[in-house]
Amino acid sequence: MTPTTGNLLITGAKLADGTTTDLFIADGKLADPASAPAGTQRLDADGLLALPGLVDSHTHLRQPGREDAETVDTGTAAAARGGFTCVHAMANLTPVTDTAEAAEYVQSLGERDGHCEVRVVGAVTKGLGGEELSELGRMANSKAAVRVFSDDGKCVSDSLVMRRALTYVKSFNGVIAQHSQDPRLAGPNACCHESEWSGRLGLAGWPSQAESVIVARDVQLAELTDSRIHVCHVSTAESVEVIRWAKKRGIKVTTEVTPHHLLLDTPLVAGYDTTFKVNPPLRTSEHLEAVREALADGTIEMVGTDHAPHARQDKDHPFDVALPGMLGLEQALAVVMEVMVNTGRMDWPTLVERMSYAPARYSQTSTQGRPLAIGEPANITLVDPNARATVDAEASRSRSRNNPYHGRELPDPIVATIWRGRITYQR
Amino acid sequence: MRHLLSCADLDLASTNALLDLAEEMQQVQSRSVKKLPALRGRTVVNIFFEDSTRTRTSFEIAGKWLSADTINVSAKGSSVSKGESLRDTMMTLDAMGVDAFVIRHASSGAAAQVASWVKAQVINAGDGQHEHPTQALLDAFSMRQHFRRIGAEGFAGKKVAIVGDVLHSRVARSNVLLQQILGSDVVLVAPPTLVPTGVNEWDCEVTGDFDTVLPEADIVMMLRVQRERMAGGFFPTEREYTERYGLTPERLAKMKPGAAICHPGPMNRGVEISSAAADAANSLVLEQVAAGVAIRMSVLYHLLGSEEGAIR
Amino acid sequence: MADPATNTPTPQVSRVVADASEVARVLARMAHEILEANHGAENLLVLGIPTRGVHLARRLAKLIGDIEGHPVRLGELDITMYRDDLRANPTRNPARTSIPGSIDDAVVVLVDDVLYSGRTIGAAFDALRDLGRPKAVRLAVLVDRGHRELPISADTVGRTIQAATDERVSVLVSELDAADAITITRTGRA
Repeated sequence: MTPTTGNLLITGAKLADGTTTDLFIADGKLADPASAPAGTQRLDADGLLALPGLVDSHTHLRQPGREDAETVDTGTAAAARGGFTCVHAMANLTPVTDTAEAAEYVQSLGERDGHCEVRVVGAVTKGLGGEELSELGRMANSKAAVRVFSDDGKCVSDSLVMRRALTYVKSFNGVIAQHSQDPRLAGPNACCHESEWSGRLGLAGWPSQAESVIVARDVQLAELTDSRIHVCHVSTAESVEVIRWAKKRGIKVTTEVTPHHLLLDTPLVAGYDTTFKVNPPLRTSEHLEAVREALADGTIEMVGTDHAPHARQDKDHPFDVALPGMLGLEQALAVVMEVMVNTGRMDWPTLVERMSYAPARYSQTSTQGRPLAIGEPANITLVDPNARATVDAEASRSRSRNNPYHGRELPDPIVATIWRGRITYQR
Repeated sequence: MRHLLSCADLDLASTNALLDLAEEMQQVQSRSVKKLPALRGRTVVNIFFEDSTRTRTSFEIAGKWLSADTINVSAKGSSVSKGESLRDTMMTLDAMGVDAFVIRHASSGAAAQVASWVKAQVINAGDGQHEHPTQALLDAFSMRQHFRRIGAEGFAGKKVAIVGDVLHSRVARSNVLLQQILGSDVVLVAPPTLVPTGVNEWDCEVTGDFDTVLPEADIVMMLRVQRERMAGGFFPTEREYTERYGLTPERLAKMKPGAAICHPGPMNRGVEISSAAADAANSLVLEQVAAGVAIRMSVLYHLLGSEEGAIR
Repeated sequence: MADPATNTPTPQVSRVVADASEVARVLARMAHEILEANHGAENLLVLGIPTRGVHLARRLAKLIGDIEGHPVRLGELDITMYRDDLRANPTRNPARTSIPGSIDDAVVVLVDDVLYSGRTIGAAFDALRDLGRPKAVRLAVLVDRGHRELPISADTVGRTIQAATDERVSVLVSELDAADAITITRTGRA
C-alpha cells in the first residue's frame, strides 16, 4: 500500500457535472477546502476530472487457490491502476467462498493486502455444485456482510435451486448474481460465439440464446419470489430485450456489462489466440451495439469487469482447452470512455452512475459510490480525459498477462486513485 | 508460403503447382529407387496428438522418399496428462532444431497456434473440426485424374456434392475452400442438425435433400459419420441416417454417368456408404489413398525445398 | 540449363552468334558424331534436360532416327530435385521426367543447351543413378562456354564459345522462342 496517509488538497479539479472545485482530504474523508491549513500537501488537478472512486461489481482475485495467477495484493493493485476503490471478489476460489469462515478469510485478505476495498461475494451453492445452498445467511451475518451471492463461472441451472436461493436471500436483502449460460445449449466445449465464425473455425458455438433463455427464466423466478436477481456480464441483444421486458414489469433485476463485451467482437478469435477466449464469448457487432445502447439508456445499469487473470500455462493450450477469461480492471474506464463517452453516447455523470454509484448500491456498500461532497469518504479517481497510450500487457500490475487490449491504442485516463484518503495509484 | 494451415492459404496457381508436382511424384512411386534427394538434411517431425495411421504413414513415407529425416512423435494425451501445455511441448521439440512439424490435433486451430509459436514450418495434418488441407488436395488430385480419364475439362462447372456430417468435418471445410479455388460448384448435403452455423456465407449450396442433388453431381463425396454423433442426438437412428443420407445401392444406380465417388476414410460400410458404392468401378477411394503420398511429397517439397519456402 | 524466364534477349546488349540455319547445321553434325561414336543407334537413349535441352534432344533424336531409318528412344530427365543449390533459391517447380522403358544397359546421351559450370550435369548423374544403371552415359551440348567448376567434359559439342563471366550465352529454340539461335548477352555482372 502506498503509505500516503496525510492530508491532501486537490486543486482545480473538474467534477463530472462540469463544475470546478478544490477537494480537501482529511482523515480519509472529504472536508471543507477552506479549512485546509497552510502547507497542506497539494495536488494540482488543473485540466483533470475528479470522479468518485470506481467500483467493480465483478472481479476474480484468485486468492486463495491460484496465487500464481493473481493475489489480493496484485489484483487490487491492478484495480487501483484502473481507478477502482472497490472490487467484488467472486466466490470461485479454492476453497470456494461458501461458508462464513471462507468469506471472512477473503475479507481479511482484503483488509491486509488490498489496495482498495474488497467486498466478498459468496457462492450460491456448496462448492459451486449447483445443488445444495451454501451458508447464505451465515455469510450475510459474518464480518464480510455478504449481500451478493454468485456461482459465477458456473450457471445455477436448476430452476428449483434458483427459486430457493432467490427466496432465501430475500430475508437479508441479498441478491443472486447469475452467470447465465444454459449448460446444454452451451456445453463445456463451447468456446466461441455461435456464428459464421464458429462455423468456419470449427469451434463449438455458444449461441446467444444460451444466455437469454436463462435470463428469461431467472427474471420470472425473481418475479415469482419477489426477490432480486442480478445478471452478470450481459452479452447479447436477446438478453437485453428480456431485461427491458422484465424492468417494464417491475421485476427487481439489475445487470452489468463487461468492458470487453462493449468493445471486442467475435472475429478476434479467428487466429485462435486464447487471450480472446472468454465466457460468455466475444459476440458479433449487432450484440455489441445492443449492449452499448442498453448501457447508455440504463437497461444495463453498471459495468463489471469480470477481470479474470490466468497463468500462462492455463492459456497455452488449444483453444477449446484453454481456460476462458481476460483481464479487465486496468483498461475498464479506458474502454468505457472509448466506446461510450468519446462517441457521445454517454456523459460523465452517467458514467459515474454506471461505474461507481450503481455497483455500490447493488451490494449495499455504503462506503463506496458516494458523491464528492464534504463528509463523504475520500474515494477519488483523477482522470485525464485526453491522454492516450498503447496498452502493453507486460506493464500490468496484475500477475497475469492475458490482456486482450495489448497493442491497442486506447485512452489512458487514470492519473491517480485515492482510497480512504490514501493515494493507491499515481502516474 | 511458409506454412500450410488451411486451404485458404492457397490460390489457383499454387494449387495447380501442388497437383502438377504430385503427378511427377506419382511417377517416383513406380521406380525401383523411390528416393529423391530434395530434402536431404531436413528434419520433419510428425507429431500426432490424435491417432491416424493412414495420414501419419503417408506423411512419413513422403518425407522419407524426399530424403528428409522423418521422426514420428505420438503425443496422444501425453502433454495434458503430464500437465504440460501445448506450447511447452512444441517449443521443446522446436528447440531441437526441427525444420518442419506435421501436426494432427483434436482441437481446432492447434496447427495455427503452433505456427505462431515455433520457428519451424508447420503443416496441418488435421486440426479438430477445422481443416485438413492435404486431404482436400489429394481429393482434388483424384478428381482431376478422374475428370481426365472421362475426357472432361477441369473443375469449372463441375458439381461436387459433399454429403454427411459437415458440422464436425475438417475434410468438408478444406474441400469447400479448395473446390472454390478450383472453380467447381459445391453442394453440401447434410441433416439439418449437422450443418455449421453461418454456412449460407460459405459460397456454396446447402440442402438436406440428397436425392435431388445426386443425379446432377459429378463427384459425390461421402463424409464419415461418427457413431458418437448419434449418441449426441444429432439424428435419431443409424437406419434413418442411411435411408436419408447414405449412398445406398439404390442411390448408386441413380448417379449421373461419369460421376465418381470419394470418401476420405475410414468408411463405415453400411452406414454412410454401402459396400456396393465403396467398391464400385467409379469409386475413387483407393485412388485417394494412393494419391496421399504423392500429394504430401509435393507439399513437403514446396514448403521445404527452398530456404525461402515459397510456392511460386 | 538456361533460365527460361530471362532467355529473351534485350536488343541493345545481345548479339547473335549463330542463326537458325547455323543451329540446324550444327545439330546435324552432332547427330552424325553421336552415331559415329556409338557405332550406330543401338541401345541409344537420348535424354533431354529441361527446359531447352528437351527440345534439342527431340531434334537430335529425329536426325539420328532419319539417318538410321528407325526411331531412336527419346526421354526427358528433370534434375531440379538433385540440384546442389536447391535450398538457396526460391522453390522451383520440377519439370517432367519421362523415360521410355528402362535405362538399364542403355547408352544414355544427355542433351543440354549450354555447358557451363557442369553442375547441372553433375546433378543429372545423381538423377540417373536413382533410375537405374546405364551401360554408358554420354554428354551432348549445343554450346560449351568453358568456366567448368566440376571435372566434366562433353562428348559431343556443337559450338565452343569463349564468353566472359559477365556474359550470358543463350540457346533459343523455335518451340519456345522467336527462332532458333545462339546469342551472347552482356549482363554487366560477373
